[in-house]
Amino acid sequence: MMKSKLFWPIVVLLIILLINLFFDKNFFTIEVKNGYLTGSLIDILNRGAPLLLVSIGMTLVIATKGVDLGVGSVIAMAGAVGAMTVSGANGDSLVPLFTAIAFVIAISILTGIWNGVLVSRIGVQPIVATLILMVAGRGIAQLITDGQIMTVYYDPYTFIGGGHLLMLPFSIFIVAAMLVIASFLTRKTAMGLFIESVGTNPEASRLSGINSKNILLMVYVFSGICAGIGGLILSSNVASADGNNAGLWYELDAILAVVIGGTSLNGGRFYLMGTVIGALIIQSLTTTIYSIGIAPEINLVVKAIVVLIVCLLQSPEFRKKVFGVFNMKQTEKKSKNEGVSIS
Amino acid sequence: MKEQTPLLIMEGITKEFPGVKALTDVQLNLYPGEVHALMGENGAGKSTLIKVLTGVYTFDEGSVTLDGKSIRITSPLEAQNLGISTVYQEVNLCTNLTVAENIFIGREIIKRGRLDWKEMNKQAKELLKTRLNLDIDVTKLLSFYSVAIQQMIAIARSLQISAKVLILDEPTSSLDQNEVNQLFDVIRKLKKEGLAIIFVSHFLDQIYEITDRLTVLRNGEWIGEFKTNEIERLELVSKMIGKDLNELKSGERRTSNKAFERKRPFLQGKNISKKGKIAPFDMDIQEGEIVGLAGLLGSGRTELARLLFGADKADTGEIKINGSMANLASPKQAISNGIAFCSENRKTEGIIGDLTIRENMILAMQGLQGWFKYIPRKRQIEIADEYIKLLNINPPNPEQLIKNLSGGNQQKVLLARWLITNPKLLILDEPTRGIDVGAKAEIQKLMLSLSKEGMSVLFVSSEIEEVLRTCRKIAVLRDHKKVYEFENDQQITQKDIMKAMAGGMT
Repeated sequence: MMKSKLFWPIVVLLIILLINLFFDKNFFTIEVKNGYLTGSLIDILNRGAPLLLVSIGMTLVIATKGVDLGVGSVIAMAGAVGAMTVSGANGDSLVPLFTAIAFVIAISILTGIWNGVLVSRIGVQPIVATLILMVAGRGIAQLITDGQIMTVYYDPYTFIGGGHLLMLPFSIFIVAAMLVIASFLTRKTAMGLFIESVGTNPEASRLSGINSKNILLMVYVFSGICAGIGGLILSSNVASADGNNAGLWYELDAILAVVIGGTSLNGGRFYLMGTVIGALIIQSLTTTIYSIGIAPEINLVVKAIVVLIVCLLQSPEFRKKVFGVFNMKQTEKKSKNEGVSIS
Repeated sequence: MKEQTPLLIMEGITKEFPGVKALTDVQLNLYPGEVHALMGENGAGKSTLIKVLTGVYTFDEGSVTLDGKSIRITSPLEAQNLGISTVYQEVNLCTNLTVAENIFIGREIIKRGRLDWKEMNKQAKELLKTRLNLDIDVTKLLSFYSVAIQQMIAIARSLQISAKVLILDEPTSSLDQNEVNQLFDVIRKLKKEGLAIIFVSHFLDQIYEITDRLTVLRNGEWIGEFKTNEIERLELVSKMIGKDLNELKSGERRTSNKAFERKRPFLQGKNISKKGKIAPFDMDIQEGEIVGLAGLLGSGRTELARLLFGADKADTGEIKINGSMANLASPKQAISNGIAFCSENRKTEGIIGDLTIRENMILAMQGLQGWFKYIPRKRQIEIADEYIKLLNINPPNPEQLIKNLSGGNQQKVLLARWLITNPKLLILDEPTRGIDVGAKAEIQKLMLSLSKEGMSVLFVSSEIEEVLRTCRKIAVLRDHKKVYEFENDQQITQKDIMKAMAGGMT
């Protein structure tokens, strides 16, 4: 089942990458420059790191039938907090770097608790609850940066988003680590089962003795942490913090990545690897549009069309209509007639 | 009065939903100046019939005649304009508007292009006073008044549209006795004025107090029309649940529970209640005892069971488990006290549709262990295989999604979910409803063998013979109250239980 969910997103990703090859013969080439591996593919991974992180967190939130609109603002806040902490720091010491990381993680946990408490304890609908932070968070980020772009002159800070380890960009390792943590939590502990259970049927889960409130709280905190680290990478990469524009519209890209990856907005089953592919599709698309020189004005339209195609390909109904030859065996029409209750 | 022609005739009404026939050839005759009860258990088709009459649903076959004219109602608004008004159980007025505003909303009196509040207030006050004997300040907010008054105001609103037919859907369920009396006075007055009233209620006492005639529905079918004072309670109940009185001569005797000697109480509940759900009750369950809960659907059986499981929070009362006080404020707490609960609503409160048989089975056990101590996958599959074999679940594939299983098999998976936690008390709410005979017998057999091993079972069922066959003690509920408790080692018959369910005996 996992295979069929991942099949179409992977196909689309490959097609996008192949289109690039048509315009640029060296697209798949990876070479060593200045001791680092460089190339378009590495670039996509590196630039996509923040979106990948945010999308991983978003996957778990959406699996509980929620949504976290606050992630873009958390990115901005995290960047602002990080940059502020190291402003004026001396490049000889690493202490300010670790202080910044600690502050960023602390503030992202706080945002997660805020969202999680609103949703799980007070019962605010997720879209409304997280909208509050989406608006307020950006405001806070702007307050921290004074509405200006804050530049960082502290070299160690730029390592997180711009440094290298084992010839690869460091951010790739951060993403890999978070992916491993998320996979461990959801597949090696019962967290994944509980998330899917609460997302599918909250009342039945409650009656089975699952503390759905804490599950909800945890996914929002996790999403907050993912967004916070994403913000740190983004701000470190450009050695500055921009309260106005950092992470703008990331929440929408992340939701798209999750949906492209096969996780339903109705909650329940989730697919972390699917999300990773989804985020990579979005990032490669952005890179492609820039690299083959499509006019910036129609950039968003192209993006929308590709997303539409992916979503259509994901739908068994659509595939049946278009590629009738495949003759899908598993279209489940049965389930449509269920669930009608008479009182 | 009864000799005149009916005001409203519904004939041959059939309504089908995808896959379900909700109403089959149902009829209803309503005379002016009568209170007519619509009787039936939950799911009998009362609500559907009312929704057909008020235009919420359109019927597939049949005819409706009002005042001699054949009509076809397609929307609630049209029904109102024809003079058919409904007052629902939950008053749907605006509590943040005044009484007069509520009565006139949508039909405001306009004088010279402006709302004439003076006139509306005057008319509202007069309407309430003359028709409902209610003298209140109509300029106060609706929320200022009690639910009972609000209900009268809702009635006044429908009278203001000059209703001919007034439908009261469970009007008394949130009222206390005084308020009920007040409402009944109003109903009697309206009846005298020639209004035809349809009265829906679960309370048998109220049916006998206020109604003139009644129509009984069962499983979407018309069972009969009776004069209320000519039908015995017992007969009425047997019509509602579909058991012929003559068949009730105790046929098969249950396996006597003589071997039952353990007299150690597992659960002792005292004075447990929840307002609007169930009146205070006591409940003792011994170790290894099967206790049956009988009563009509809607009599409070499920409510009682849910309180013992912590699914709802009780307002009063205390529960002792194994002799010491226990706090059962949530399902989680109940489960850790060794209580398990299989809900009657398999789809909405039982299965997690998108998950597999295996995942559904281990859910409660995993919940008990907490999220960090994940049962290893290999062990999960072992457990699932074991219970699939034990309960004969089909298909025998632990990775099958539970939503693709038949009702009986889903029920067995849910049973497995609880058996895995090795509970001391298993609460089964209608475990055999909607499943085939074979699965039913298997579940009954399972209950008996579990009880032999020392597990207590609280068994809620609509099927009296099933309760008699399996239970040692039987509690009977009526009108949201526990009214009787029988020891099942005397010669109790189905008739005795039905009498208790119907009430009105000394």
